[in-house]
Amino acid sequence: MLHFEDFPVGKRFDFKPAEVKAEDVIAFASEFDPQPMHLSEDGGRASILGGLAASGWHTSAMMMRMLCDSYIRETASEGSPGVDSMEWKKAVLAGDTLSGSCTVVDARVSRSRPEIGIVRLRAVVTNQRGETVAICDYANMIRCRSIEELVAGEKP
Amino acid sequence: MKLSDLHPEGTRETIGEVTFTAKDIIHFAEKFDPQPFHLDAELAKQSLFGGLCASGWHTCAGWMKCFVPYWMDEMKRLAAEGIVAPKLGPSPGFKDMRWLRPVFAGDTITYSVTFVAAKALESRPGWRINTILCEGENQDGQPVIRFESKVIEFP
Repeated sequence: MLHFEDFPVGKRFDFKPAEVKAEDVIAFASEFDPQPMHLSEDGGRASILGGLAASGWHTSAMMMRMLCDSYIRETASEGSPGVDSMEWKKAVLAGDTLSGSCTVVDARVSRSRPEIGIVRLRAVVTNQRGETVAICDYANMIRCRSIEELVAGEKP
Repeated sequence: MKLSDLHPEGTRETIGEVTFTAKDIIHFAEKFDPQPFHLDAELAKQSLFGGLCASGWHTCAGWMKCFVPYWMDEMKRLAAEGIVAPKLGPSPGFKDMRWLRPVFAGDTITYSVTFVAAKALESRPGWRINTILCEGENQDGQPVIRFESKVIEFP
């Protein structure tokens, strides 16, 4: 299990590539963002996005899944207080393959809760052409190693 | 008509509400945010949140779920009055998103939008970038989410 101490500035986690399936784009949009460019190929072509395009919220959710799979699921994570910024740089179209990485940009222990560290990361999501489709600056609360774990870690 | 004519600066509009059932929370989390406090009520009790709660991205998506039908109704209402509605395009993103409180299973979130400012795009005559404040509060009137979004407006 990774703890706060395992997140020095500069530490990077790579995303496993994930295909954006048309049916998933349409399913997400039908539930949360039913606009024509997210619901059909024709609707997408008629828009400035140029094809069946994922809702920005769907892209965000897919990024979250890649974050979970790259490090969060093996981390003593306690959630996030928020996102400083999210830029949707380019349309994410059905058939695209997303990948990318996230990198630690700041790490400090919480003043009010010294057992929790606040790690700031930048996630960059790219498509199969290496183009950046989204950039997200966010914070992750991660538990610090307990004294017991620190002591256990020192043993040969 | 421009968005800034329709909604003077600082006007807050309620756009709808979403109830987050345990089933919906778990369904979203299984797909996009599989962390224990979004998946399992028992495990969630041991987390800082203290109970099963929605992924923050689910809470955001709830805002959009309300905004789209709200805006479609607005366009119909304006058309009925003979007014050409502002032409809104895709959003380039958002900033200062704060998940202020957990959204627990069973909570009903009421979402709102406040028009903040419009800026002309120098590179594209007639185009504007609007800044809107998006918020949600729970059934006890406590704020749970707040973010500032950008919306492109075409001439």
